[in-house]
Amino acid sequence: MNKTSKKQRYALIGVWIVFSIGLTAWLSDSMFNAQDKTVFLPGPLTSGHHQIGVACDACHIDSMASDEMMQKACIDCHGEDRKKPFDSHPVNKFTDPRNADKLEKINATRCVTCHTEHQPDMTGENGLTQPADFCIHCHEGVGEERPSHKEMEFNTCNSAGCHNFHNNRALYTDFLVKHVDEPKVLPKRTLPQREFASLLDEVVEYPRQQYPVKQLAEADIDAPVDNNFSQQIHDDWLQTAHAKSGVNCTACHQANSAEEEKLAWRDKPTQEVCTQCHRNEVKRFKKGKHGMRLAVDLPPMKVIDAQLPMKEAAAHDALTCISCHGAHRFDVQEAAVTACLDCHDDKHSLAYQQSPHSVLWDKELKGEAAPGSGVSCASCHMPRISFDVSEWSTRIMVDHNQSATLSPNEKMIRPACIHCHGLEFTLDSLADKKLIEENFKGQPSLHIQSVELAKEDLIRAEQERGDRN
Amino acid sequence: MKYFRKTVVGMSAMVCMGVAGTTMAESDFDKLSISPKTMADALHLVMDSDRAIYTKKIVNRLVKKDKVIKASEHFEDDKALVLPAQMFRFGAELVAKRAAKLDDVDFTYSLQSLWPINKQNAPVTETEKKGLKFVAENKGKNFYATEILGGKKYFTGIYADTAVAPVCASCHNDHKDTPKRDFKIGDVMGGVVIRIPLGS
Repeated sequence: MNKTSKKQRYALIGVWIVFSIGLTAWLSDSMFNAQDKTVFLPGPLTSGHHQIGVACDACHIDSMASDEMMQKACIDCHGEDRKKPFDSHPVNKFTDPRNADKLEKINATRCVTCHTEHQPDMTGENGLTQPADFCIHCHEGVGEERPSHKEMEFNTCNSAGCHNFHNNRALYTDFLVKHVDEPKVLPKRTLPQREFASLLDEVVEYPRQQYPVKQLAEADIDAPVDNNFSQQIHDDWLQTAHAKSGVNCTACHQANSAEEEKLAWRDKPTQEVCTQCHRNEVKRFKKGKHGMRLAVDLPPMKVIDAQLPMKEAAAHDALTCISCHGAHRFDVQEAAVTACLDCHDDKHSLAYQQSPHSVLWDKELKGEAAPGSGVSCASCHMPRISFDVSEWSTRIMVDHNQSATLSPNEKMIRPACIHCHGLEFTLDSLADKKLIEENFKGQPSLHIQSVELAKEDLIRAEQERGDRN
Repeated sequence: MKYFRKTVVGMSAMVCMGVAGTTMAESDFDKLSISPKTMADALHLVMDSDRAIYTKKIVNRLVKKDKVIKASEHFEDDKALVLPAQMFRFGAELVAKRAAKLDDVDFTYSLQSLWPINKQNAPVTETEKKGLKFVAENKGKNFYATEILGGKKYFTGIYADTAVAPVCASCHNDHKDTPKRDFKIGDVMGGVVIRIPLGS
């Protein structure tokens, strides 16, 4: 070996050593220090988690986390939606030793058994990574119990309008029976109205000592005199529920610290300030796709991060409370449609303004129809639901988790659709993907049998009761 | 002063005796043992009594006698009372959840029937099948056995579940999914299955 090639070899070894040390240092830093750990992603995440892909610790806790710790991470975010609405397959159903043999086939005590992440090739609708006929493991004999189900294939259980593993509240037989023979559109149709203003006395977190509930006027403004706010801001605020309820400038711009001390004036307060009075709304916002990054201490989601088609002009907008509500105006009507359409650019969203729902919404806005008769984007995607705001009280609240009524979309039936539509028509419509794309302009082209089957079951039971007598 | 001294001495003695008594008893607690059968019998007595009281003094009184409220399987939707069997099951689920967090408490219980409304509550293991049949055919007797489930050995006690109030029989007979419509008060309608693991 000549001198030159020896030198070259040493140089190569040197480069390799330096490169290896550098790579190891970078990977170690990424693993233990950096917030962005995407370099370790074993595969793309589902649409439910992709925004928090950089925060591995949100699910994996740390590199040594046990199965139990990771299960806890699932429950910490999704547990609330497993408790209410009532989960038809809670973990406790499966921990009884009598189910030990079933658990060997499918371990229903672990979320990841059915929802494995980083596996795009085997992930189906609703993040399901089990074969579609997974119900067979426990319900093999359903054909004998229910003759109507005898010829049905197990991969059809989860089809639209039939069963939903976790949330069966709009699909159980007695509920279907209650809604037999309903017309497509109900004669009386009104959406629930918000109760926040009328129940202000019960909002324990409201700082009423400092900001008594009363109508404020221009002269009451408590912003520092040297603050250079525009007349527009001033006028916007005067029109809001805030000004009508005593929420002055300092309530948001100079909020109290955890120690109840007044903080310095902030021109642009964060959503944490909103939690002072709207704790539940912010909590639910952080559970949905819009706010979930905030729940794991990441900067807010940007429109460009979305997987759905979005408007280019909005690409770099961040999603916080004021993205939809607008600072100072807090116009809930604007937040219910305009704010959505400023970003969303998919077929369903673009078709809204030609939809029958939109016609009703416009009429309500013009004062030509009763409050609650219009249907905005939020009416279905952020419905007003009866929400347990504390252990002992419930109020009608806008559910700011816009993901709660999707995946599967039967979850929208009770909080939204059935306030105005018959159940059978609702099931048919929600099963029709083309109709959804057209934002429900037209009639469903599919028919779901659930209500008919429930009716047949009712007739059979009545006959049996008659035979007994 | 004498009275005061006597009082202090007396109180000190009582405190010492109390502490000694407590210490002794506590040190013996882990050595004492009761059989799985006695424990299962005691657990069943509590479960059965609580449910009988809920059925008679709450459900039967308010639904049948006072007629002020309904009891419904869909109690949230119907703004109604929880059915006695549901109350029992919810208790069993909560016990399972709480026991999982305790190192030295481990037992499960369930309500099953040879004529279940929900078919998931039919007997599954051989012991359950045998035991439910036994308690239905031998009124007043319990069934005890050991069984291995998921590689673990269990003591299993099975106790008859009887219609204690007219409302038990009438609700089951009228339910659309019942496979049996001729229950009468006093009939065995199913059984409570209590399982206690027997070491490893």
